[in-house]
Amino acid sequence: MSTVTERVPGPGSESSRGVPVRELLQRHGALLVLAVVLVAAGVGLDGFLTAGNLNHVAVGSAFLAILALGMTFVIVTGGIDLSVGTNFALGGVLAAWASQYGSLAALALPLAVCGAIGLLNGVLIARARLAPFITTLATMLGAWGLMLSVSDEGNTTYLVPDGAVLTSLVHGRLFGVIGYPLLLVLVLFVIGGIALSRTGWGQNVYAVGGDERSAALMGVPVARTKTAVYTVSGLCAGAAGVLNAFWLGSGVTIFGIGIELQAISAVVIGGTLLSGGYGFVSGSFVGVMLLAVIQNIINTISGLTSAFQEVVSGVFLIVVVLAQSRLSRSRPRA
Amino acid sequence: MPTDRGTPVLRARGLVKRFPGVRALAGVDLDLHPGRVHALVGENGAGKSTLIKVLTGVHGRDGGELELDGRPAGFATPAEAQRAGLATIYQEVDLLPLLSVARNLFLGREPRWFGLIDFPRMHREAAEALGEYGVHVDVRRPLGDLSMGARQMVALARAVSARARVVIMDEPTSSLEPREVHTLFEVIGRLRGRGIAVVYVSHRLDELYEVCDDVTVLRDGHAVHSGPLAGLERLRLIALMLGRDMSEVAREGATTFAGAHDVAGGAPALTAEALTARHRLRGVSLDIRPGEVVGLGGLLGSGRTETARAVAGDLALEEGRVAVAGLPVRGRGTAAAIRAGISLLPEDRKHEGIVPGLSVRENIALAAMPRLSRFGLVSERRVDRVVSTFMERLRIKATGPSQKVEELSGGNQQKVLLARWLALNPAVLLLDEPTRGIDVGAKAEVQRLVDELAEDGLGVLLISSDLEELVEGADRVVVLKDGAVVGELSGASVTEDALVDAIARGEASPVVRDRSDGGAGAAPEEEVER
Repeated sequence: MSTVTERVPGPGSESSRGVPVRELLQRHGALLVLAVVLVAAGVGLDGFLTAGNLNHVAVGSAFLAILALGMTFVIVTGGIDLSVGTNFALGGVLAAWASQYGSLAALALPLAVCGAIGLLNGVLIARARLAPFITTLATMLGAWGLMLSVSDEGNTTYLVPDGAVLTSLVHGRLFGVIGYPLLLVLVLFVIGGIALSRTGWGQNVYAVGGDERSAALMGVPVARTKTAVYTVSGLCAGAAGVLNAFWLGSGVTIFGIGIELQAISAVVIGGTLLSGGYGFVSGSFVGVMLLAVIQNIINTISGLTSAFQEVVSGVFLIVVVLAQSRLSRSRPRA
Repeated sequence: MPTDRGTPVLRARGLVKRFPGVRALAGVDLDLHPGRVHALVGENGAGKSTLIKVLTGVHGRDGGELELDGRPAGFATPAEAQRAGLATIYQEVDLLPLLSVARNLFLGREPRWFGLIDFPRMHREAAEALGEYGVHVDVRRPLGDLSMGARQMVALARAVSARARVVIMDEPTSSLEPREVHTLFEVIGRLRGRGIAVVYVSHRLDELYEVCDDVTVLRDGHAVHSGPLAGLERLRLIALMLGRDMSEVAREGATTFAGAHDVAGGAPALTAEALTARHRLRGVSLDIRPGEVVGLGGLLGSGRTETARAVAGDLALEEGRVAVAGLPVRGRGTAAAIRAGISLLPEDRKHEGIVPGLSVRENIALAAMPRLSRFGLVSERRVDRVVSTFMERLRIKATGPSQKVEELSGGNQQKVLLARWLALNPAVLLLDEPTRGIDVGAKAEVQRLVDELAEDGLGVLLISSDLEELVEGADRVVVLKDGAVVGELSGASVTEDALVDAIARGEASPVVRDRSDGGAGAAPEEEVER
């Protein structure tokens, strides 16, 4: 019996046993950097490594984390969702408006509308085969227009009534330490992580991103999978909008502009490939936290404006993408 | 020609498939019997791929009937066909390189534990399943890390472990090494033993005769012959495929290369000295005189493609010199090589050659643009002249210069590429597998063209896995192994036997020799495909 045993050309490209180093770096590189940054800031800055500050950082970026979660699925299929930013703003305004009719309405309306916009994205991309970039750019503008019409071109700011159940929940803390928004984020990420890595649906998401044609030939329901990820992304945007409305106590119309790009950055920093087929939910969480921690540090250091954060994030993104391309180039090609 | 072998697993009657402007299948019958390997042959464009795609639900059919186990059947999607027991391994291994080997193997039917994927079990079962195919790898690694041969085996294991009744293989050996082909044939033997019907599509006739029981010959969308393969003469098979007279085929030979070329004396057209690139080339030297066709022999991975790429400036060298007509190539990179008169026809014409969305005209003129323009402006008239010259000279079959290249057959695409490089008026032409994956008729034409080009005084480097092609086409053959020259055959000593011998000798490593110590006349270490 002849055998086809793998011979990897070239020495040094791989540790002799187990997972190759390059793969570990790609998977956990962001976590490594986060740890280093946390330690360095803890040593260098007073009051940084306190439960209060860390909770503040984490809760403050909860909405970004939820957007990044939805974005992760989309990017793993090889797509992109530019509509989440305005969709998120629309969700916030709708939640604040609907809060006068009770918490259930404030929850249901944004999820329904934002989910529908996501579904529309999915159908246009998967069935009508439009490019994700253009499709979500169009729905981004559409959602923006919808939000302006709801808020009288931004002149009306709906306020959440005092004493709403969701307001106290959003501002509450488990054991007086962990804010409930952070808890919600963690629960959503665990569910998302299991869905992506441990279910057949998740395998389909990877397969579609790996090679759409191959996936179709292997029997993967490509159109259904793509429709699903954009819907999930829309739902995430809606949920994040609700969270933000009750966090701020009002539907702020300008909040959310350009946040889709932050979500994309966080996902990419977390190790997910923009080309699709490779990525993980936990990485996106780490990516979000890394961006938030950097912002917190910059805010803490006197003399640096918060605008500086964008510069650091930009530089960081380039470094990550550069490292990724280096890592994938070092992949042994047989 | 119905035979009495019981009920076929799959029976197709009068299949019709129309594409805009063409009838790809014009009423094709096909019977697949359990435990038999059925060869599907025909030139490119004869309808083989369309037939497979209609059978497996990729395309819908416009007419005809399909029966599975005597019951009417029809599949709307590939997934439906898979569930019904029709497994297909498509021509380009269609798996997902970024996903792990195990995930590729189990995609769509992962073992579950309370609804969630049971990874330990999946990995265990994947390793077991692949072991049966002689593939021993870490199944958690991405598929992309595996060699093409091992990937093909994964595709096969995937198809077969889905409780397949029919396994369809579209050109399974086109990217395999001889050793891997051998393993594949063993696996096909086992499938046959388990009563699975196998459809085997290949351009390599030797393989067909080695592994197939029955044959169906397609030509222009018709099944022109169907029956057992054993009684069918090879010459008659070729004649059926080409729709030509048998005596005509016999006269022309199996390949259309002429004999030796008139090799001019004087300075070599190409001199390459001590080409060295880490892990790939170890001091390869060769020269080609004007009018000479030099073959590069060796197994997959021996450095043939790398040598061609190094000469063409597409591989960074640590050491080595390349000269054209005695003048060293100045500068690095492909642009310098092209300027010096070196043209490379790459192996992977889909990814490295043609631009599918552009027209024949644009594809041909692409590389020659600088030559065809003045002050940066392209002269349309000169482009037209060059394009029509080469379309005529290379006998490119297209509706006109404006037809998109993606609509042409594989052979004509290859000719378009050849035209692109010839438009540069090169002194040296490097051909990497110029006839791979193109049909018999086009193959013959490309081979004839190579001859003509050599007669015109070009120096040609020919890389081919087809030994017959190498032996008949080349005046000299340089044999490579592990990135170094291990032998050279020239003149009358260029025979298939000698070439096999040279490759085998070069391949024999001490480890392998120990194993074959066993007895007198032990088999050669590597079974070189012929």
